[in-house]
Amino acid sequence: MSRPGRDDDPDRLYTLTGGRSRAETDAFDLVTLVVSECEPATGMQSEHVRILRLCEHPTAVVEVAAHLNLPVSIVKILLSDLLALGRITARHPRMTAGAAQLPDTDLLEQVLVGLRNL
Amino acid sequence: MDSATSDRPAVRTPLGSSADNGLKIVVVGGFGVGKTTMVRSVSDIRPLNTEEIMTQAGQGIDDPSAVRGKTSTTVAFDFGRISLNAHTVLYLFGAPGQERFWFLWDRLFAGTLGAVVLVDTRRLADSWYAIDRLEHHGTPFIVARNDFGGPAHTAEQVREALDLSETIPLIDCDARSRASSKGVLITLVEHLHALSAASTASGTSTASATARKTTP
Repeated sequence: MSRPGRDDDPDRLYTLTGGRSRAETDAFDLVTLVVSECEPATGMQSEHVRILRLCEHPTAVVEVAAHLNLPVSIVKILLSDLLALGRITARHPRMTAGAAQLPDTDLLEQVLVGLRNL
Repeated sequence: MDSATSDRPAVRTPLGSSADNGLKIVVVGGFGVGKTTMVRSVSDIRPLNTEEIMTQAGQGIDDPSAVRGKTSTTVAFDFGRISLNAHTVLYLFGAPGQERFWFLWDRLFAGTLGAVVLVDTRRLADSWYAIDRLEHHGTPFIVARNDFGGPAHTAEQVREALDLSETIPLIDCDARSRASSKGVLITLVEHLHALSAASTASGTSTASATARKTTP
């Protein structure tokens, strides 16, 4: 009756991911926007079904994690499975500079315009 | 601050289908300093809460026997979202400044635009560690002093207490106010813009050289 969640033993969480604790790829940032490319089908893992429903509209990885009530790293593994099967696509952040690098001024000007219009 | 994430109905507000570029800004501060309040003040959505697992291995312990039978702990954080235009979505994260959190910084917040250190002048020492870690990670930041109605300190006193360089903006804010919180974000992005323009002009791409107080 219980749903996987944040109070679970980590062993329970890893059964969701077939025992994996790290995504095979670093393909997903916290703010990578995920979009479903198909409808949920019968027989799919329930978490996959929920992700496909959530991501009918672009939804960030961190939002998926919050709505599924699962840790971010577990969600990234679930997403990498769906990505490998072509069931989702991923829109990666275009600001991918390292920690010591600044985004370019054009992007920052866009951000300022957006914030001032709030 | 639990109440700050739960007093609006959980209605999902989906992004438009053209949204394709997520950006990050992190609000760092001690417990109860108003991080979630600030996120809520400017967010398009009710702030959400999520978490990441931190294992001992994540702390750089290489010997697997040292972690057997043990132990993962979780670090929780709040976030909100602002749609800036049809393509660009800014995610605002409220991050605890506690020590264990910083083990996850690179995994969670690599590529963040910058950070706001939210401080309570009655508990300035709570921010020392966060400021030190941001400098260590080379993440540009500003400091915003949330108004709790405590005794007034001058900006100079706060700067001195935080050992803060003159080059880092220090502003007052009211995290409950949308206009004030919006002003904090604008101050941060203007600071980033100035740093970026300066680094482009000088032919260097490192933010830390201009953002740090001490230059070797």
